[in-house]
Amino acid sequence: MAKFNRKKKEGTPAISTASLPDIVFMLLFFFMVTTVMRETELKIIVKVPGATEVKKLEKKSLVSYIYIGKPRKSFQKIFGTEPRIQLNDAFAKVSDIGQYITSERSERDEKEVPFMTTSLKVDKNTKMGIVTDVKQALRKANALKINYSTRKEIVK
Amino acid sequence: MARSAPEINSGSMADIAFMLLIFFLVATTMDVDSGISRKLPPIPEEQQDDTPPIKERNVFVVLINSNDKLLVEGEPMDISMLKDKAKEFIANPKDKADLPEKKNVNIDFFGTYPVSKQVISLQNDRSTSYDMYIKVQNELAKAYNELRNEISLQKFGKKYSDLPADKQKAVRKIYPQRISEAEPKNVGGN
Repeated sequence: MAKFNRKKKEGTPAISTASLPDIVFMLLFFFMVTTVMRETELKIIVKVPGATEVKKLEKKSLVSYIYIGKPRKSFQKIFGTEPRIQLNDAFAKVSDIGQYITSERSERDEKEVPFMTTSLKVDKNTKMGIVTDVKQALRKANALKINYSTRKEIVK
Repeated sequence: MARSAPEINSGSMADIAFMLLIFFLVATTMDVDSGISRKLPPIPEEQQDDTPPIKERNVFVVLINSNDKLLVEGEPMDISMLKDKAKEFIANPKDKADLPEKKNVNIDFFGTYPVSKQVISLQNDRSTSYDMYIKVQNELAKAYNELRNEISLQKFGKKYSDLPADKQKAVRKIYPQRISEAEPKNVGGN
């Protein structure tokens, strides 16, 4: 009589996890390539207004940021609730902008300086007074290319 | 036969990769920065006042007061009307006498084309809200973009954004974006 070595039934076979690292690495590389390192920690609340006619900001390495908005709750004791300017990681005054632009320029190649853009991330409840002051300071520093940061709004 | 090296257990590889993945997820940002690009005028030098004054019919005055109300060409206006009014002003299709003059300019692809000498002047108060200011900037940009799209579709059968660079340049010459912002001043009190 022939012997049949029948396998015992074991329910569902386990899924091989050998390729799991490959999948995760793929995800990892995707995120490494598409994202940028966080540079600043925001100490103010910035909710930018929406607009429909927006353009993407090219070449992030050539962009310097100026944030304007109300200080966060934890800073309100020291800095009050009036809109403030933040450059890099610290609160600043309008008179600091000239120096900030100069230091941003010195970090870049000389050839790239004309293509540098200043992105203004301004909270939508801010009054124009402080924005106008910042714009005047930028004109004095000869940083004329600016970008009002906005959310892209979908046309209804 | 050489003895093969014992295999390293790769079971925890996935955990290491996950850890790295989570680190990058937390430490990086993916937000695409977008916004309205503008160019500031350089600070004017002294004793440079010999430029001819711009005629009044060529200027489209937009004022925003401290209560976010608009005054366009001397009349109060709602923001929803601004775009159409600006478009009519920029293109001046019926050659009205109170809208901008035109000058024949030779442009690639179009030949001689009457280009209007329009300038949009935007003035705001120190207490105007930034939200309103961006809305007005957006409406004005929309007026220019729609006019450019119209002429692109008419001439090339394509949208402005789909045209090659040299044709875009020609269209830009017909409708150059001239938004002038006045030197800051305090209009209408605080």
